[in-house]
Amino acid sequence: LSPGDTSVLAGLYGPAEAKLSKELPDRAALEVLLRPKVGLPGVLERSREQQLRQTCEAVVLGVLHPRTAITLVLQVLSDAGSLLSCCLNAACMALLDAGLPLCSLFCGVTCALGADSTITLDPTVRQEQEARAVLTFAIDSRERKVLMATTKGSCSVEEMQQCLAAAQRAADTIFQFYRDSLRRRYSK
Amino acid sequence: FRTVEPLEYYRRFLKENCRPDGRELGEFRATTVNIGKTGSITTADGSALVKLGNTTVICGVKAELAAPAADSANKGYIVPNVELPSLCSERFRSGPPGEEAQAASQFIADVIENSQMIVKEDLCIANGKLAWVLYCDIICLDYDGNLLDASVFALLAALKNVQLPSVVINEETGLSEVNLKQKTPLIIRKHPVATSFAIFDDTLLIVDPTAEEEDLATGTVTIVTDEEGRLCSVHKPGGSPLTGAKLQDCITRAITRHKEVKKLIDKVIKSITPK
Repeated sequence: LSPGDTSVLAGLYGPAEAKLSKELPDRAALEVLLRPKVGLPGVLERSREQQLRQTCEAVVLGVLHPRTAITLVLQVLSDAGSLLSCCLNAACMALLDAGLPLCSLFCGVTCALGADSTITLDPTVRQEQEARAVLTFAIDSRERKVLMATTKGSCSVEEMQQCLAAAQRAADTIFQFYRDSLRRRYSK
Repeated sequence: FRTVEPLEYYRRFLKENCRPDGRELGEFRATTVNIGKTGSITTADGSALVKLGNTTVICGVKAELAAPAADSANKGYIVPNVELPSLCSERFRSGPPGEEAQAASQFIADVIENSQMIVKEDLCIANGKLAWVLYCDIICLDYDGNLLDASVFALLAALKNVQLPSVVINEETGLSEVNLKQKTPLIIRKHPVATSFAIFDDTLLIVDPTAEEEDLATGTVTIVTDEEGRLCSVHKPGGSPLTGAKLQDCITRAITRHKEVKKLIDKVIKSITPK
């Protein structure tokens, strides 16, 4: 999945047999592994993995596959800004492609708040660095509610609400993109 | 009943708008804080012990000298590290830090960065040669939910307590001389305070969850505000979806909580400073 130049490769394995230590008796155990482009995964990757995992857990109907493990592996191929939302989109498409039962879709949108309070959606690395604050939201497809939110830098409450509204509008475009790519894949 | 069907047990309380430990949905647990030499670490440069109900978190700050990085010659370092040893709860095993500890460390680092609570340029002693490194070790002694709030509070209290000795670089030898007698307090620009909420069944929001409530919750939200009412961080790692209005509700409550916490910290600092 590559919006602009950021690309993330997502591989989903499951539902497969889980190790005894990891299996949960009533639902599927979801595991997310995020591998950065260079270096070993560090603390930042762990916190991203936790966010992705809990977002996916909210969406995947794990109760239909108890005592199994679903593993999602994400490899960052290149990073040109908006990395987390790219990972979110890749994860959702991988879940769709694998045919796992989901209660709704989700998409990731990043907003950068410039110094003059302009909102830029899907910023590049330079825009992210120059911005006063960068907010990433995961929006769900059913009612455009917020599944996940992370902020970097400080902003006022009104600005956050504006970014959220802009992200919800942008989510429509992304869901349309999901539909189109799936249609292309299955219309052979 | 509580062990067999914990969710049903909880639902019954939530229907009456209260919780098993007698609190309202929007009520925080009793917060106590101990700063500095009274009951905390004497060997550290700054320390604080915070108790939020049963959750106990201790933070120790040690200042050391190091050479600044090549690309930011006038910046020092702040290195937060959150540890969840197996003594605090049976859910944590001993060994390398688990995901929760690492995610918490990352969160604290983000809060420090986003709120600009300590500006790294203040930590620089000599451009390109010497700067302070503040190692902040946050250790949880008893885990009963709401780790992030307690950690941020402990960090803030400990940093307010830190006294950095003055350092002079000897021109001839190029070595640094640390003068332990002359101490200056750390300049803290902003005071971020975290407020955590747990989401139940996609609708109900409760404040300051205990460990049991966190397990049963379908999601958590943590909001960090500073004294101007600006948002330093909105941390919602997945979990059930929230509408914008609910999020707004959380933010308003977080701002009220900030005022209470700030009053508490100021009171404690005032009671230990006349020395």
